[in-house]
Amino acid sequence: MKTLTPDARAALERAGFLRRDFLKGAGALIVGFSTGAIRTAHAQFGGPSPGSPPINQLDSWIAIAADGRVTAYSGKEELGQGISTAQAQLVAEELSVPFNRVNLIYCDTALTPDQAYTAGSQSHPANFNRNNLAQAGATAREALFRLASERLSVPVDQLTASDGVIRLKSDPSKALGYGQLVAGRRFNLQVDPNAKRKPTSEWTVLGKPVPRPDIPALVTGEFEFVHNVRVPGMLHGRVVRPPAVGATVMSVDEGSVKNLAGVVKVVVKKNFVGVVAEKPWQAIQAASQLKVTWSAGAGLPSHATFYAHMRTQPARDALAVDSKDVEQRLAAAATVLKATYLHPYQMHGSMGSSCAVADVEGEKATVWSPTQGVWYQKSTVAMLLGLKPENVHVIFRRGSGCYGLNGADTVTYDAAILSQAVGKPVRVQLSRKDEMAWENYGNAYVIDERAGLDAQGNIIAWDHESWSPTRGNRPGPGTPGNVVTGFLAGFSPQPFTPRSPASSPTAYNNNANAVPSYVAGNVGGRDQGTGTVKSERVLTHTIESPFWTGPLRSPNRLQNTFAHECFLDELAAHTKADPVEYRLRHLRDPRLIAVVNEVAKAANWEVRPSPKPATRKTGVVTGRGMASVLYEGDNGYSALVAEVEVNQDTGSVVVKRFVVCNDVGPVSNPDGLRNQIEGGALQGLSRALMEEVTWDDQKVTSFDWRTYHTLPLGFDVPKVEAVLLNRPDQEATGAGETSITVVAAALGNAIFDATGARIRQIPFTPERVKAALAARG
Amino acid sequence: MSAITLKVNGQSHTLDLDPATPLLYALSDDLELRGPKFGCGLGQCGACTVIVKGQAIRSCITPVRAVAGSEITTLEGIGTADKPHPIQRAFIEEQAAQCGFCVSGVIMTAKAFLDKHPRATEEEIRQALAGVLCRCFTGVRMLRAIHRAGQEMAR
Ligand code: FES
Ligand code: FES
Repeated sequence: MKTLTPDARAALERAGFLRRDFLKGAGALIVGFSTGAIRTAHAQFGGPSPGSPPINQLDSWIAIAADGRVTAYSGKEELGQGISTAQAQLVAEELSVPFNRVNLIYCDTALTPDQAYTAGSQSHPANFNRNNLAQAGATAREALFRLASERLSVPVDQLTASDGVIRLKSDPSKALGYGQLVAGRRFNLQVDPNAKRKPTSEWTVLGKPVPRPDIPALVTGEFEFVHNVRVPGMLHGRVVRPPAVGATVMSVDEGSVKNLAGVVKVVVKKNFVGVVAEKPWQAIQAASQLKVTWSAGAGLPSHATFYAHMRTQPARDALAVDSKDVEQRLAAAATVLKATYLHPYQMHGSMGSSCAVADVEGEKATVWSPTQGVWYQKSTVAMLLGLKPENVHVIFRRGSGCYGLNGADTVTYDAAILSQAVGKPVRVQLSRKDEMAWENYGNAYVIDERAGLDAQGNIIAWDHESWSPTRGNRPGPGTPGNVVTGFLAGFSPQPFTPRSPASSPTAYNNNANAVPSYVAGNVGGRDQGTGTVKSERVLTHTIESPFWTGPLRSPNRLQNTFAHECFLDELAAHTKADPVEYRLRHLRDPRLIAVVNEVAKAANWEVRPSPKPATRKTGVVTGRGMASVLYEGDNGYSALVAEVEVNQDTGSVVVKRFVVCNDVGPVSNPDGLRNQIEGGALQGLSRALMEEVTWDDQKVTSFDWRTYHTLPLGFDVPKVEAVLLNRPDQEATGAGETSITVVAAALGNAIFDATGARIRQIPFTPERVKAALAARG
Repeated sequence: MSAITLKVNGQSHTLDLDPATPLLYALSDDLELRGPKFGCGLGQCGACTVIVKGQAIRSCITPVRAVAGSEITTLEGIGTADKPHPIQRAFIEEQAAQCGFCVSGVIMTAKAFLDKHPRATEEEIRQALAGVLCRCFTGVRMLRAIHRAGQEMAR
């Protein structure tokens, strides 16, 4: 534990003990026995990593110190989304202790259970339902009651708990604090899947807008980001990335930086090149002056014709639904409508370029990383360095907001390789360009939608076909090559194998929201979707990407929802139906229907078809559009209304108002949820209006804030009104990616409503808007 | 390398630095301050903003030699969690952060502006922040917090 930073050590000491000693320590507290299994989150890789505190043991999740302070351990980390506050609320609630008595420690491979990634809006589903952290809290509470009942010799039902003290209901002077009951020992119990959760009606901490405890430190400069981690003897590294995609190292002239001040070492490992220096500025100078001879790049497909190129590539095909009658039904339809939607590669473009610190000493390594998957860093850093996984300790430290797979994993590898080469701790922060030119981009998409309508305008068949490129991903166990550094150092990305034709679907899975909300989603003879249209086919083609790709906030779901929800609007317009009424006509899921109705009500939705009648063809016009989604097919409902102003002379689009309704089950922290909804809505706006990765025939050309466009803080910020549809009786779902998913579609629909021009390609730049206006005739 | 004296948050420090070193590195690495951040190193995002002679400057593109001897104020210099500056307090009250990485630059840019324009309107505040990025898009809350603090500071 010598490698703890001062902040980390303080956190542990605040918790009353050092964890390692505790998990090993004697003094087990045996208060009962329970069996059964709790649900974990490792479907993808088949179980927690070796070395993880056992998921089914209460002591892996909760510890109570002799003074009554509660420490909770979680595998879901704070990325700025507010989940650490919500998790501490959860533990405080289940244990009936004040919020500030709970210390939450998350994502440290020496301390916390492996809960796979913090990603995909899965933290709430994983830790707030009858599972994991929530169930551990309930188990601990029951154990404490049993202990108190033995000590006071009264039945459990005569006891009540508040403020970390269990009292006799009839005589509150008979009381035992948790600290007294536990006396610094372990529970030594399995997490009980049948332990009773506190009913939402009794919540006093959860469900409340508890302020985030990290914010005072953030706004006063006291907060320790991974960028601020300093360990004794630490050096600074800088990487030298290839000048072109696919270029390889021919030679490196170490002499070219020999005379520069502070240079410690030039490090080359296959195609990975970096320098280590005493100070960051020296490392930067050295990296820019180091003479590296690279081979020519592999060449890139033309940006201008990339969408057409995508359709022609060898693909891995998959069918999400297939009623096998779509062609027939389309042939029999009164009308068939078709449209193609295009979505570019976009980037995470984190505010701060990614940073990590590694301390590799002989056979052992410690890394401080902003990764979303500490346990996969543990195994992949070990592969990269040739160490045993058990000798790699990964400590999460918060980086700049990532919104998915930014440079966090790759920079951790950079630091690890450089530290191993010099045998000293090394900190690496990427340059802006190294971050943006080599991160794992959010997928580009080409989406063809086709629908058949009957004589009344009802949808009778829906056909969806899409193409999207992939290369790499988040590193999982054994795939350091999924991000650029691992690849440069000699590892391959996860394999891509074309496979066509697709086999028939065997299980319903709408994780990518490839299945539109309006179809039945029939697989295995059961309707599992949210809509009513029985004739349905969803066929996806995954192709190989020239660039790294990976999850970007609402991966695939945003792109698919953009197409589905705009196309639905096109169908409604064709039928001259109000877009809300037309949605409802084809929906079946009551909660999706409810968010659509609620948002329409809150936005004062004017019932009429789009476009707005008697629209002028010049000057500024206004319109409204809506879109909705059941995120990932089962993980949170969202509907959004956008009100826009379109300047038809300049092509500029300004949003005046967003109204968003979300149903995420029981709301853990309404203010935290609002913060996520607001941020998601505005980030979605930036992505819809401005963001696009660009490249030439060799390399990415969008690598800073002049070449990759984003809305600045001071843009004309619309009003964002969030309606929270609290569902205390339902399971908790994700909330971080719901609102962003529906923005682009609602915006496209609002632009159509205002102007009568349909724009089917993101971003909606002024040039594209003007082109769409010109095409409307 | 040469000896450069920097006055930061009321304290003098003499550092042995290449005079071309951007101020940001001196602050975050030599002085280990956590306020100013490296966002882009190109003057494009505002994360590294500090105040020198009442002006918000981007420390990532300002060589230390240009500010030697001048009073430099970072986020740490305007308040603490116990005694926050009105803007910091408003950020806490409005819960105006997500990841918080941009916050130092946002607050320092806002402070330099509000100090000079105590009665700024929402629209003027917005324009003052037109060159600052927040990639979490916490704009709704941050602009509200700055406006709120401005009203308090003008009182
Ligand atoms: S870091 Fe200085 S402006 Fe971006
Ligand atoms: S709060 Fe994350 S960049 Fe602004």
